[in-house]
Amino acid sequence: MSFVKLTASAMAIAAVSATAATARDQVQVAGSSTVLPYASIVAEAFGENFDFPTPVVESGGSSAGLKRFCQGVGEEHTDIANASRAIREKEIKACAENGVTDIIEVRIGYDGIVFASQIDGPAYTAFTQSDIFNALAPKVMVDGALVDNPYKQWADFNPDLPAEDILAFIPGTKHGTREVFEEKVVAAGCEATGALEAMIAGGMSEDDAEDACLAVMADGRAVDIDGDYTETLASIDANAHAIGVFGLAFYENNTDKLKVATMAGVAPSTETISTGEYPVSRPLFFYVKKAHIGVIPGLKEYAEFFISDEIAGPDGPLAEYGLVSDPELGATQAAVSAEDAMMN
Amino acid sequence: MTDAAFPDGAEGAAPRTTSSLLTQDTRTKKRNAAEARFRAYGIAAIAVGLVFLAVLVSSIIFKGVGAFQQTFITLNVELLEEKLDKSGTRDIEAIKKVTTFGYNPLIDAALAQAIADTGIENPFSKGKDLRKMISSGAAADLRDHVIENPDEIGKTVSFRLLASSRVDGYLKGRVTRESLARDKNLTPEHLDIVDALAGAGVVTKAFNTDFITGADASESRPEQAGIGVSMLGSFYMMLVVLACALPIGVAASIYLEEFAPQNWFTDLIEVNISNLAAVPSIVFGILGLAVFIQFAHLPQSAPLVGGLVLTLMTLPTIIISTRASLKSVPPSIREAALGIGASKMQTVFHHVLPLAMPGILTGTIIGLAQALGETAPLLLIGMVGYIASNYPDGVIEGFMSPNSAMPAQIYEWAKRADPAYYERAWGGIIILLVFLMTMNIIAIILRRRFERRW
Repeated sequence: MSFVKLTASAMAIAAVSATAATARDQVQVAGSSTVLPYASIVAEAFGENFDFPTPVVESGGSSAGLKRFCQGVGEEHTDIANASRAIREKEIKACAENGVTDIIEVRIGYDGIVFASQIDGPAYTAFTQSDIFNALAPKVMVDGALVDNPYKQWADFNPDLPAEDILAFIPGTKHGTREVFEEKVVAAGCEATGALEAMIAGGMSEDDAEDACLAVMADGRAVDIDGDYTETLASIDANAHAIGVFGLAFYENNTDKLKVATMAGVAPSTETISTGEYPVSRPLFFYVKKAHIGVIPGLKEYAEFFISDEIAGPDGPLAEYGLVSDPELGATQAAVSAEDAMMN
Repeated sequence: MTDAAFPDGAEGAAPRTTSSLLTQDTRTKKRNAAEARFRAYGIAAIAVGLVFLAVLVSSIIFKGVGAFQQTFITLNVELLEEKLDKSGTRDIEAIKKVTTFGYNPLIDAALAQAIADTGIENPFSKGKDLRKMISSGAAADLRDHVIENPDEIGKTVSFRLLASSRVDGYLKGRVTRESLARDKNLTPEHLDIVDALAGAGVVTKAFNTDFITGADASESRPEQAGIGVSMLGSFYMMLVVLACALPIGVAASIYLEEFAPQNWFTDLIEVNISNLAAVPSIVFGILGLAVFIQFAHLPQSAPLVGGLVLTLMTLPTIIISTRASLKSVPPSIREAALGIGASKMQTVFHHVLPLAMPGILTGTIIGLAQALGETAPLLLIGMVGYIASNYPDGVIEGFMSPNSAMPAQIYEWAKRADPAYYERAWGGIIILLVFLMTMNIIAIILRRRFERRW
């Protein structure tokens, strides 16, 4: 017994002292689960091609990643935050309070959000933003008046859609994807159907009306998915008449189970997203702590490698996985090599 | 005598039928029938349980066994000097400057050559399209080999390269020509080539040791992913749990059982221990985050922290089972020892503890097995969602360098987009189950061998 105890404590002490002595030599990355696959592809290639160790990549969500990123400067804090949205004013302030002032913003490319359904299910092949709004909003426009949503089936408001009960699996509110879904689909549909105008005419302030636009019905037709796209896929598998919201890359890896719908007449693909024709897309970012460049070995090399043409260009492995490469990649490369921090 | 207790007993009734024991009266029959029914219920319950177990185990094995086989493509790659070492000086730094992307054309050429050798027509003019059959990790294999053996530049070397996950899936029956119709990762024409290459023995399936010993890979190469690194993470956590939970647990139970006075305070402790055993494990994760990471500033994702959190979770199990096995040692042993003049401590350490040891070890192993399969507390200390792609630098570093754990790795695979990862997740479950079964079997053997009945 005492021997076990002795070895145990000796080992624990050795472990603690060993790490206290050695400095961190690998880049630490945390953040968005949407950016994670891309970051892990880059980290792997980085480890293969450089003498630096493979960077450590963790997920946890854009907000959580930025929060950790903003906790301070020093080896115990992360060097890079991945985000599926731009950093907020509030977060920049929180960063500054902890001494994280020079932040380099790197846009790696674009990600498309698609609407897909079971491959053998009803023919959901073409949606417009108005269709989604009419299906999910609590108040919609019928014959020029704003009324409680009377629709039960897709065909009730658009005869081109199948006569199936409305059921949509949408990203939960903790996901960055939800923000894009609301902004680019629901809000756009609200405006297109005239509901926004009617709300303002009805005495709402513009801000209130815009917020009211984003509401979805709480009668079970819109189901929030807080997990990953695999959970949405499982739900779609179990409900033939449902539609789900996915990232383009996820859809492209599961084309044998899903069929995708066009949005406003445009089929989602890396081409239509890069030209801006497909309306539902968003930029993806990562943020680099400038104070760590030169302290953590390989940090700048990793950032430069990430956005090099070989990796993030249209023929690179990221595009192959589903990232829509940024047409202005050259400008980003220049900004990173010059270590241009954000203005704040 | 007893007849007196039944005043109007057998008075007017017919004389008692003297029947043989072999013929049963109705009441006996009823009783026997009830017993038979009860046995049938029991057998039915066991049968239902066994059916569920069979369904579970067979579906796990059916879905996961594919992960232990992997498709390889054996290619003779010509390591062209003008691509890999333009200067011709074999300077290692110059060779290192060629990135993995520089090796792709060599693989393309070798693959095109292999296809030409089989005599099948190659419909792909671009090497990039052809290369979809091979894992994107193949170039790194080549590069590592060249950097280790720079003198082989200019020669033709045979490499066994991983096939891409779609090709692998095709040979395992997971991917069909129909399912590829809209897939941009591979086309049916590729499969024709795969058929031809398989006929020529270039494409082969083999046991996948890398799945058991390898590191996790990125989402674009499921064929390369292995559970080895997270297995190490689990191993280090178990070491920490064993080193912390066993001494603390056993010391606490010995004191409570043998030395502590019976009063309201020890009762309170007892109630709390039983309570803790039933607390949801995520609570220990929250506690671990607050105490070990935010207060003590231990690093995120470290197996040391994971092990400490799991120690908290396992302690009540160990204490309860240790106390039970101490209790089961008959008091006569203690009295005999005390009677011949042993001190209280000598009694405990020379007599009671050795006799209780099999029970203590069984409890500890079962507690460890429980900790091995636990994911929830790891969620909050950053061990879930971590990509376990690096081996720790050394034996001691293994405690502190970020890592994942086996159940967390399975969860991570299950949520990835590529369907090939789904198979890996089930394969991981098989490995985890093998570990759990081994531990439980060891526990049973220990108990059988050393247990003494009184």
